[in-house]
Amino acid sequence: MLAYLIRRFGQAFLVMAVMAAIVFFGLYAVGNPVDLLINPEADLAEQEETIRRLGLDKPVHVQFGYFLGGLTQGDLGTSFVHNRPALELILSRLPATLELAFLGILLAVILGIPLGMIAGLKPDAPYSKVIMTGSVIGFSTPNFWQGLMLIMLFAVFLGWLPAGGRGETVDLFGIPVSFLTWDGLGHLILPAINVAIFKMSLVIRLTRAGASEVALQDYVKYARARGLSPARVLGVHILKNIMIPVVTVLGLETGNVIAFAVVTETVFAWPGIGKLLIDSIGLLDRPVVVAYLMLTVFLFVMINLVVDIAYSILDPRVRVKRGKS
Amino acid sequence: MKKLSLLAAALSLGALSAPACAQSLVAGFASEPSSIDPLYHNLGPNNATRKHMFESLIAEGPNLAIIPKLAESWTTSEDGLTWTFNLRKGVKFHDGGAFSARDFLYTACRIPNVPNSPSSMAGFIKRATSIEAPDDHTITVTTAAPYPLLLTDFASFGVISASANGHSGAVSYKKEGCPGIESYLDSKAYNDGSATIGTGPYKFVKFVPGENIVMKRNDDYWGEKAHWETITIRPITNAGARVAALLAGDVDVIEKPPVQDLDRLRKNEKVDVVQGASSRVIYLHFDHAGEPTPGIGGTDGKNPLKDVRVRKAISLAINRPLIIDRIMGGLAVPARQLVPDFMVGVDKSIELEKPDMKEAKRLLAEAGYPDGFTLTIGSPNDRYINDSKIAQTVAQMLTRAGIKTDVDAVTASVFFKRRNKYEFSLYLAGWGSSGAGMASPLRALVASQNKEKGLGGTNRGRYSNPELDAVIEEALATVEPKAHQALLAKASKIIVDDVAILPLHFEVTPWALKAGLTMTPRADQHTVLTSVRPAN
Repeated sequence: MLAYLIRRFGQAFLVMAVMAAIVFFGLYAVGNPVDLLINPEADLAEQEETIRRLGLDKPVHVQFGYFLGGLTQGDLGTSFVHNRPALELILSRLPATLELAFLGILLAVILGIPLGMIAGLKPDAPYSKVIMTGSVIGFSTPNFWQGLMLIMLFAVFLGWLPAGGRGETVDLFGIPVSFLTWDGLGHLILPAINVAIFKMSLVIRLTRAGASEVALQDYVKYARARGLSPARVLGVHILKNIMIPVVTVLGLETGNVIAFAVVTETVFAWPGIGKLLIDSIGLLDRPVVVAYLMLTVFLFVMINLVVDIAYSILDPRVRVKRGKS
Repeated sequence: MKKLSLLAAALSLGALSAPACAQSLVAGFASEPSSIDPLYHNLGPNNATRKHMFESLIAEGPNLAIIPKLAESWTTSEDGLTWTFNLRKGVKFHDGGAFSARDFLYTACRIPNVPNSPSSMAGFIKRATSIEAPDDHTITVTTAAPYPLLLTDFASFGVISASANGHSGAVSYKKEGCPGIESYLDSKAYNDGSATIGTGPYKFVKFVPGENIVMKRNDDYWGEKAHWETITIRPITNAGARVAALLAGDVDVIEKPPVQDLDRLRKNEKVDVVQGASSRVIYLHFDHAGEPTPGIGGTDGKNPLKDVRVRKAISLAINRPLIIDRIMGGLAVPARQLVPDFMVGVDKSIELEKPDMKEAKRLLAEAGYPDGFTLTIGSPNDRYINDSKIAQTVAQMLTRAGIKTDVDAVTASVFFKRRNKYEFSLYLAGWGSSGAGMASPLRALVASQNKEKGLGGTNRGRYSNPELDAVIEEALATVEPKAHQALLAKASKIIVDDVAILPLHFEVTPWALKAGLTMTPRADQHTVLTSVRPAN
């Protein structure tokens, strides 16, 4: 187990290093942040002075050297725009994204799995057809359009919920969270639905496919014949056996939502890290973009690790073997 | 709940006799300041936010005319080298401390020393060789040479409190470093509010990056008290989301509503649109130096843009009213000079040019290009209102005149890098002038590049005309307002005659507000919420 973990972290480290280098040199090639940050009225001497102050006058490999030097001391660089450590900037925005992502995934699971099972077990019922058509619409319409429609319906026409932004927050263990206040929850619900729709459609389809297949297996018939309650047959014998693909996909999707909820965060003006990334790319704020993507890679590797461990709990045949995954 | 609050709003509007009720204003901004520190970053969103909490010595009114603020009056010496400012008495900072000359000196000391500033304000004080305070309410400034733009410079930064920055006792300003002040506060102290102490109509409450900036009314303000008890600025970068937030009643006012939505917003009875002329000119700049020049083909390596007849032909081929009507939805004013008529330095005798395709073709033929040539226009596609669409329209108009024109429109970060490396023969960009009027674009866009004199900083067309330079330099050394303006107008005439640069139009800035509210548009496009008020 330990060797396995070390190996996984080694992989993560390698990917992070490659990613950092690509992003670093890539953003250097795009342009000079000073062109965007400086007031146009600044004269040539001031422009040069600013470039020098931000260390952008040095050749790119020297700049990269400084970056690596900082990295060995745990310093991912300081934002050109905000003059704050890039990591601190990202971490300050992370709680907002995390609560959005987790509520979205939660909605997708608690609605998607039952709906998918219904559709799988009663494939010919009219309501199953409705569920399946709904899921097709759910994952075939663009995310930003769904977001705007939600805003138009619930915020503009009905006026039930706010159109965007994050509501009132309270501190939970020193971290500001909004899901514990009514105002915060009101602000959270529409973006969470926006995040959930696509994932839910995916979960519905995976669950349906699994359920319709598993329901015909001999052991299910045998369980029924033994007189087990329908709830037990559904909840244990069927559900447990269809969870593996659902968990895999949800794991990947969770990573996706956390790292790239950009669309939802932009449409709903949600102050998360996705919005920070987009703003930082627009301004070529290299330290923030590099730190962000390194963190993202780390996050993906960790989520995959959790998914692997979840497999072994769900399916006794899968065991995390020594040195192998 | 929302219904109830709407009802309450309707009732309170009905009861006209009731004075200011529970008043809070929420605004949706298109971009967020990078810091609350008024001296950290000299850029639009920061300067607009600053105006709520920090005041400058002198200010620019809505039309960018110079008005008194923390200084009540000022005089200039006979030789134009010494300026004396008489400060307003009885002004208090948000922490109750009295404002005096020492706070201004401290501000001047901190300006060049703000840690890691990405766009420093140091240019605003570098002309001053000395800044002194003979008494608590007088400041004298001397410059090495007569410098007429000192007032505009001093209108550009907010005054901070020396005491709130941890400095007690007297301050003396020295250009090479102020004695007795070892270090200056990092901008962080302003973002968390510990040093955010100004004299303005609003006090800082909190700043959560990406989420909001909250301010409350300063009830001890020396001037007219602000209307709203609290104001909240929310950054909503997506234009569609901004409009939705306004329609949903989440925010009361938004800046930069998308041009294509304006007609719909105007028809909506829940929303009012306010618009005002701005000082931002959208212009085309020619490559005056490259030979061959990168974006032109079919001329055997010659740069046709060096010929004034070709430049004139391009100007005549562009139908500005058509662009304004079809592309800008009427939200622009045609331009021939670099600043609009209401600003200083315009030669009022110069009339707008009428598009004339026949004359354009004749001039091209006369210049030796009867069959035209090929040309690529560089343009950003996310910087100015409809920037790439304007470039495309210009390209079609030039193609009709015989110059086969393509558009190379890229995102702003890439555009500026390529422009600064002189990769465009003709490029579209914008320039928002400060209260300095014509002097602002003259010294930056068309004066010859000269690092020592601080001229030509954005002259990426590398235009160089010694006759013009002489006039600009003379204007920049003439303090007497009438003579200064006459020289600026003279320079403007030279540019127009030589078609050194091609102004297309001045942007008109729209704002959308909840019905029943109004505001005073500012020519610098800043959204200053103190001017938002009920319409009646």
